[in-house]
Amino acid sequence: MKDLRINPIKNGTVIDHIKPGTALKVLDLLKIDVTENKEISVAMWAHSKKLGYKDIIKVEDMELRPKQVNLLAVVTPNASISIIRDYKVIKKFKVELPSEIEGIVKCENLNCITNQREPVPSRLLKVGDEPQNYRCFYCGRDQENITSNII
Amino acid sequence: MESNRGEMVSLKGKDIVTIGDLSEEEILTVLDMARTMIPIARGQKKSRALEGKVLASLFFEPSTRTRLSFETAMHRLGGSVITMSGTEGTSLIKGETLSDTIRMADVYSDVIALRHPREGAARLSAGFARNPVINGGDGAGQHPTQTLLDLFTIREELGDISKQHVTIVGDLKYGRTTHSLSLALARLGASTSLVAPDIIQMPKHIVADLRSMGADIHVTSDLKGEVERSDVIYMTRIQKERFLEEEEYRKVAGAYRLDLSLLESAKKRMIIMHPLPRVDEISPELDNTPHAKYFVQAFNGVPVRMAILKLVMGV
Repeated sequence: MKDLRINPIKNGTVIDHIKPGTALKVLDLLKIDVTENKEISVAMWAHSKKLGYKDIIKVEDMELRPKQVNLLAVVTPNASISIIRDYKVIKKFKVELPSEIEGIVKCENLNCITNQREPVPSRLLKVGDEPQNYRCFYCGRDQENITSNII
Repeated sequence: MESNRGEMVSLKGKDIVTIGDLSEEEILTVLDMARTMIPIARGQKKSRALEGKVLASLFFEPSTRTRLSFETAMHRLGGSVITMSGTEGTSLIKGETLSDTIRMADVYSDVIALRHPREGAARLSAGFARNPVINGGDGAGQHPTQTLLDLFTIREELGDISKQHVTIVGDLKYGRTTHSLSLALARLGASTSLVAPDIIQMPKHIVADLRSMGADIHVTSDLKGEVERSDVIYMTRIQKERFLEEEEYRKVAGAYRLDLSLLESAKKRMIIMHPLPRVDEISPELDNTPHAKYFVQAFNGVPVRMAILKLVMGV
């Protein structure tokens, strides 16, 4: 029998092909409350035929929608999402870079007005097809490392 | 590039935060209107076009030309100005957010001109104000009315902007005027030389943007080699604090100084521009030559801002 490090789930979401080493960041980004009584399996640096290594997350009884997961494309552009019901994959999709990221990543320009005490969420707009190609709506600064500025 | 536009496009209610907020047609509309404002700006003709209108002049940072020309523009058109006396004594020091200050100024006035030390302040303000917000410079960010008066000066002095070769010299890395000017020139079809030492050369993403627009761009550190083909030499101040060593600064500042000897090969009609204030980058011996247009350029801030105020208020 195949040695399964994580068991299949009955109902829920599987996030596969996560860039190795970033699974915990992904959990954090999805704001999944790990203190809740929910079955969550995380495998890091699992062998992958396609990628060499990958991380995998399985969350029982939780169905993620594309809008919720698209932010993941910023940290792990190749991740794929499968929605499982009764052990069957009923929907599968890849993460896509969102056209706009609001209130989740702060502008890296310390002199940007959104880093002051103003009542507006940060707002970054996609300006290219690479995960890092985002520009601040307010100050116009092209972001160099948005993964390290996640709020 | 000024005719065949028929009806002027409307800018009523429009915020002017970056030069990118304006289409080419809108830019040319501002320049056309500015030309008609010149006699009023000089005090030769009277206008009450903005009578009863109030400009909130919110300068959270010191400014001479921008602030004075906005306020003069409003007065020349018969409007009034409300302002703050520095940041002391204002709500800012009491910890009020910019957004609250803007909401307040917005209900006291018909248009807001803003300068603020933080980048993005004008875009944020535009989101909170019902009336138009005009960016008078935010941090190292944008300064669109400067770009408009630069374009106006080039067109008034030389004609069709698309036929000009503009050499922009000095602090191209941090200078906010040079970024939006080079982008606007590219949009209007002018060719450009960007002259600066490597450490303060134009940021790569802007050069890439310019090239992707199909602009004819030449990046170099050699000013002398660019003089001959230039229709405009646009000088900017090189700031001492950008350099780690005083000696390095002196070397660079010395190499980017315009004087009579450097202009031997210049075209007769070539004009020298500068957003001012200047330090040593233009020798005073050039002030009385026909090339020197930096004081005309400073004056042009008034008719251009008059045009902007009139257009955004739909008068």
